[in-house]
Amino acid sequence: MPERAAKNLRSIGHQAVNGVWRLGYASRFFLLTLLRSAISFRRFRLTVKEIYFTGVLSLIIIIVSGLFVGMVLGLQGYETLQKYGSSEAVGTLVALSLTRELGPVVAALLFASRAGSAMTAEIGLMKATEQISAMEMMAVDPIARVVGPRFWGGVISMPLLAAMFSAVGVFGGYLIAVVLIGVDEGAFWSQMQSAVDFRQDIVNGVIKSVVFGVAVTAIALFEGYDAPPTAEGVSGATTRTVVTSSLAILGLDFVLTAFMFTGV
Amino acid sequence: MWFRIGGLQAARAPMENLVEIKDVSFSYDVRPVLTGINMTVPRGKVVSIMGLSGCGKTTLLRLIGGVLKPTRGEVRVAGRVMHKLGQDELYEMRRKMGMLFQFGALFTDLSVFDNVAFQMREHAELPEAMVHDLVMMKLHAVGLRGAQALMPSELSGGMARRVALARAIALDPMLIMYDEPFTGLDPISMGVISNLIRRLNDALGATSIVVTHDVQETLRIVDYVYFMSEGAVVTQGTPEEIRRSETPFVHQFVWGEMDGPMPFHYPGSSYAGDLALEAAGA
Repeated sequence: MPERAAKNLRSIGHQAVNGVWRLGYASRFFLLTLLRSAISFRRFRLTVKEIYFTGVLSLIIIIVSGLFVGMVLGLQGYETLQKYGSSEAVGTLVALSLTRELGPVVAALLFASRAGSAMTAEIGLMKATEQISAMEMMAVDPIARVVGPRFWGGVISMPLLAAMFSAVGVFGGYLIAVVLIGVDEGAFWSQMQSAVDFRQDIVNGVIKSVVFGVAVTAIALFEGYDAPPTAEGVSGATTRTVVTSSLAILGLDFVLTAFMFTGV
Repeated sequence: MWFRIGGLQAARAPMENLVEIKDVSFSYDVRPVLTGINMTVPRGKVVSIMGLSGCGKTTLLRLIGGVLKPTRGEVRVAGRVMHKLGQDELYEMRRKMGMLFQFGALFTDLSVFDNVAFQMREHAELPEAMVHDLVMMKLHAVGLRGAQALMPSELSGGMARRVALARAIALDPMLIMYDEPFTGLDPISMGVISNLIRRLNDALGATSIVVTHDVQETLRIVDYVYFMSEGAVVTQGTPEEIRRSETPFVHQFVWGEMDGPMPFHYPGSSYAGDLALEAAGA
């Protein structure tokens, strides 16, 4: 029995040491990515290419999801608000929900699933097929050439995707509330306009989406770069990217909301 | 025949060594991979490092490329100790090296043309017209000028290896390293690659190191051979000396004998024991 307890204790200690080591390695990787980012801006077409892969190719899922989320908000909002005789406020509810929370958070979750997993798998496979080693042997720094442009591509894409999600979501809410249910169009837009504050709601939403973009892209790139060069290793890394990114988004959202909207 | 090894050796006076490996040992964590390796690779020669899979050949290439650092000893390339170089100096040295990886390691998102042009665009600020001409010359040298627009996924194994070879010689390196260049190739592709290794080495005035276990194909083209086993050099010599070698391990390896110093069976418990015959007999 004491032997078993000692074994369990050793295992816990080993996992703790590994966790700390990995956190340190990830921080170093993130720092190196930032320090070696010059090429991403000097040869901006490399970053533009990544904006296309991570941003433009994610547009379909973002637009369709944004539309449905907005439509559901319109339906649910109207159902609740009409009980209190304020169904015209549905525009405000849809817009504030999207710009403050759902736009940045859901867009980031979708971004992690679609673009983050793709980044991890791509870099993991580049490692498994020795493309990263080949680059190093050609005296080309893979962090600067491969990781940097993908990082900045993701960071630039994320707020644009979140903005697109919110805009399409508002349009979805409009379709349901005004076109389908018949809420007054003037009240829908004017109440929204007076309730949504540019700095408090829009800017804070953009800040959130930038933070989520940094977190998701950094996690995805690190997991890919650190993936064991096997099929199992790459698939495990891809799964970790989605799980870790999703948890990071939700955790960061709570912290940011506490600071931005509750005056903590 | 387009080259003669004997004639080549006679034509070249003894030259300084491009690569010198002195008493090198290397371990992954606590597992020793290389112990006390000594090798020299003279300029202009094609030298092969042979041995069974897992004997440390690829690790040795990585030490020469400065990817790994030896736990003891030193690797000198062109007189410079690789593991003592800083990042900038190391990259400067690697620009003078080319490496062909086991399965080519072509960049899958780039076309054949862009793969070969990769280093030129990264390291040399050349006009695009010049890059085009240089890439055409490299692809012509490996017989794949017509495949310039293809993507790596559209190439056969042999073609991918030739494109990787064109990429490895893109900047006319002084040292070309080949990591298992014949693995998985059909006999025709194997012959093409081996001829290219020799011909490009001589045409570029480069020095080549070929890590392989394809004995007959390699002995045809190289000037000198090092044989490794379990992380150490067990024998060395010219191809003719290797063919005539009576060293049991080398003899078994060169002639592909099933049993010898390297046993057919992986070490384990007794066969009778595994079949529970010993217990039954008892």
